Amino acid sequence: MSATLPEPAVATTIRTPIGEFWRRFRRQRVALIAGLIILLIILAAVFAPFVAPFEPATPDYDNILEGSSALHWLGTDAYGRDVLSRIIWGGRVSLMVGFLSVALGAGVGVAIGLISGFFGGWVDGVLMRLMDVLLAFPGIILAIGVVALLGPGIDNVIYAIAVFSVPVFSRLVRGSTLALKQTLYVQAARSIGVKAPLLMLRHILPGAMPGVIVYASLRLGTSILTAASLSFIGLGARPPSAEWGAMLSDGRSYLGVADHLTIFPGLAIFVIVLAFNLFGDGLRDALDQKLR
Amino acid sequence: MTSTSNLPPGPAPLIDIEGLRVSFPAEGGPVEVIHNLDLTLRAGETLALVGESGSGKSVTSLAITRLIDYAGGSLTGGTIAFTDKTGHTRDLTRLSQEAMRGIRGPEIAMIFQEPMTSLNPVLRVGAQIAEAIMLHQGMDEAAATAEAARLLGRVRIADPARQLRRYPFELSGGMRQRVMIALALSCRPRLLIADEPTTALDVTVQAQVLRLLRTLQQETGMGMIFITHDMGVVAEIADRVAVMRLGRKVEEGDVESIFANPRHPYTQALLAAVPRLGALAGEPLPRAFDIAGVVSQPQNTVRHDVGPVLAVESLVTRFPVRRNFRLRARIHAVEQVSLSVQPGETLALVGESGCGKSTTGRSIIRLEQPEGGRIHLDGADITHLTGTTEARLHRDVQFVFQDPFASLNPRLTVGFSIAEPMLTHNIARGAEAERRVQALLREVGLTPEHAQRYPHEMSGGQRQRVCIARALASSPKVIIADEAVAALDVSIRAQVVNLLMELQSRLGLAMLFISHDMAVVERVSHRVAVMYLGQIVEIGPRQAVFNFPAHAYTKKLLAAVPIPDPTQRHRVMELDESEVPSPLRALSDPPIVAPLIKVGPHHFVARHSVGGSY
Repeated sequence: MSATLPEPAVATTIRTPIGEFWRRFRRQRVALIAGLIILLIILAAVFAPFVAPFEPATPDYDNILEGSSALHWLGTDAYGRDVLSRIIWGGRVSLMVGFLSVALGAGVGVAIGLISGFFGGWVDGVLMRLMDVLLAFPGIILAIGVVALLGPGIDNVIYAIAVFSVPVFSRLVRGSTLALKQTLYVQAARSIGVKAPLLMLRHILPGAMPGVIVYASLRLGTSILTAASLSFIGLGARPPSAEWGAMLSDGRSYLGVADHLTIFPGLAIFVIVLAFNLFGDGLRDALDQKLR
Repeated sequence: MTSTSNLPPGPAPLIDIEGLRVSFPAEGGPVEVIHNLDLTLRAGETLALVGESGSGKSVTSLAITRLIDYAGGSLTGGTIAFTDKTGHTRDLTRLSQEAMRGIRGPEIAMIFQEPMTSLNPVLRVGAQIAEAIMLHQGMDEAAATAEAARLLGRVRIADPARQLRRYPFELSGGMRQRVMIALALSCRPRLLIADEPTTALDVTVQAQVLRLLRTLQQETGMGMIFITHDMGVVAEIADRVAVMRLGRKVEEGDVESIFANPRHPYTQALLAAVPRLGALAGEPLPRAFDIAGVVSQPQNTVRHDVGPVLAVESLVTRFPVRRNFRLRARIHAVEQVSLSVQPGETLALVGESGCGKSTTGRSIIRLEQPEGGRIHLDGADITHLTGTTEARLHRDVQFVFQDPFASLNPRLTVGFSIAEPMLTHNIARGAEAERRVQALLREVGLTPEHAQRYPHEMSGGQRQRVCIARALASSPKVIIADEAVAALDVSIRAQVVNLLMELQSRLGLAMLFISHDMAVVERVSHRVAVMYLGQIVEIGPRQAVFNFPAHAYTKKLLAAVPIPDPTQRHRVMELDESEVPSPLRALSDPPIVAPLIKVGPHHFVARHSVGGSY
């Protein structure tokens, strides 16, 4: 190598993509707080048996429709069940529905998007028209339709919500795949002889993942909301299991008599949906930049 | 305002920069990228700002126009005294952005490297020029349009009235750059800053644009700061030269003395690394660059005792142009191309953008699907890909792309990228693959520690070495290098060219070297094939083609190469202003492929005219 013309020194500290992401995400105060709230809710739901002051389903007919008190912080419902405990236990249902339905929807959607974008042609045509059909239904109607088909119950709600997450994820991933397919490094991998499945999984999918992660976090909020809506109209969780939408629905009969029955579950839904949305926005800002 | 620089006595300077300092914010506090820079320029004079990437030459131009404020940087010291049309001298570092808007355009105009991104794609070029004229000269629309047409005529665009109604995408690169120049000149600036204006252009177009700029400068008497990394361009256009390195001016002087007698070691090294066309006119074999005083020897690596390792016969690649699902026309990217490469031989494929040289390379490794022709690898027909022939093709023929950063997956370590061909072809796995990656990194002049890095943690030259290491990983027989050194700085380019040549002599590689840079081609190749409009118009031993070009297009191509010697500037350039015709043809109008006629030993040339639709 030439002694007179050394190449200019480049940054010596090794910067990993994850480190870079964290450095940028740390600066987003709101998203950090949202993430903290989500973490708290998840912890509370996971450790519900230890956190919740009362059994969620045990009635107490001596304390019916009571307001907030030192014993029952958020009051009791028509059967004397502790609202706070039911919200904590209900978080398990809502979070499970959210995470499972998004995971299922994203998994299927990503696969369809990858295949569709990578192979193009008639494969792309058929898959995308199918997605168009799904997209044409309003989400909640589609979910009602699926639940009506499969019957009510929390597992069917998960499938229903997953179905209407599939087209958005597949569109998102198809778009990234089309762009990434044209990049020089994918062409380089092709010229080496890397086969299609590995090309998709090793070279294209990681590039599409930031978008998927961001959208999944935003989608979690929507899915929890949809699950609550389905439960509210009686298609989701069955009594006596505590679920926020179902609690809202039960409390509806006591509006004006015991407002805390609707306010607190409503607040819980509001807080978690908002937290997921803010967290997702922060993720997007932190992940959106090019790896540089 | 007296300058500290070694400016000969004369009229007051147009711009006088003293002690300029520019900083950019960074994590550990601001980083100074321009250190105490002094520059002076008089009206009618051209100052070339020369340096490699990261030398601060573009930042300097942004500082003068104060566009640096928008790029996140800040001026932390020094003065920029600029004398405007009315004779007032002002310090640009102290003006508000409001006042700068009155300076940028009417007083200081800029042209950039990428004429496509500098023009608004959704506005007709006429509207864009007229807008600038209306804004700065207060003309009404009709007068501004007439003025725009006059300006296009002035930058030698034929039929300006018709061209005004076209959109930027309808124009070729050279035309767009001329539109940009017309736009910059629309306000009759006193100072024109040209930032690598010809780097993205083909050599013949570059020669046209450079000559145009020189003529226009003589007509208007404006001062020009010309930023470039290309010493050949400097020799063509500059009166004075300032050499920059790492934010400092290391040397300044008039162009003749800089070239004849460079004093600073960096300038000397820079000039030594510049490939000079004609340097090997008396030498039939390729020879590596002399770096750091090491005199290279001619390399005789070609094996003639065996058949060609790669042979292409009548390769045809066309791209259909469809409208409303019907085939309307075809782009004849590669038309009946035949070539062969012996083991240890480098065949250069030269020509200008759009001539089909890259498509030829890409068709061989099937990044494009050829329509016809045969491809033989080591005697075996691999025209029709089956599982085994496909694996063989991808193992034995490797490709090196122009942009090393884009061709490495940013999410994988370079070690993995290098190992990937071995994993794909089951050559080595696990610890064995790791050991081979380390050996390959050493082979291309890097260290085994580099395997852990990500592409963005390396410099451009290092990345291209990584790409070469990856290309070697499957022990290929042929390497197709598609403009593999075009994106690199001159000194790095010389190193990478030498590396390729060293690897060829050690491993007996055959190389298809696709390039537009005739001076580099002269260094590396045994034989040269000149492509024009998808066809090979001349092919033969390098010395024969360069010393006795037989085809008119080869002559034109060689004449357009800028010579890094200012004393040869006023040589007669027989350039025509015509554009390269388009390879897009109607279905009923297939191109005529002229047969190659022998004009010397192994030297063949196509017999047809150039410039027309033959």
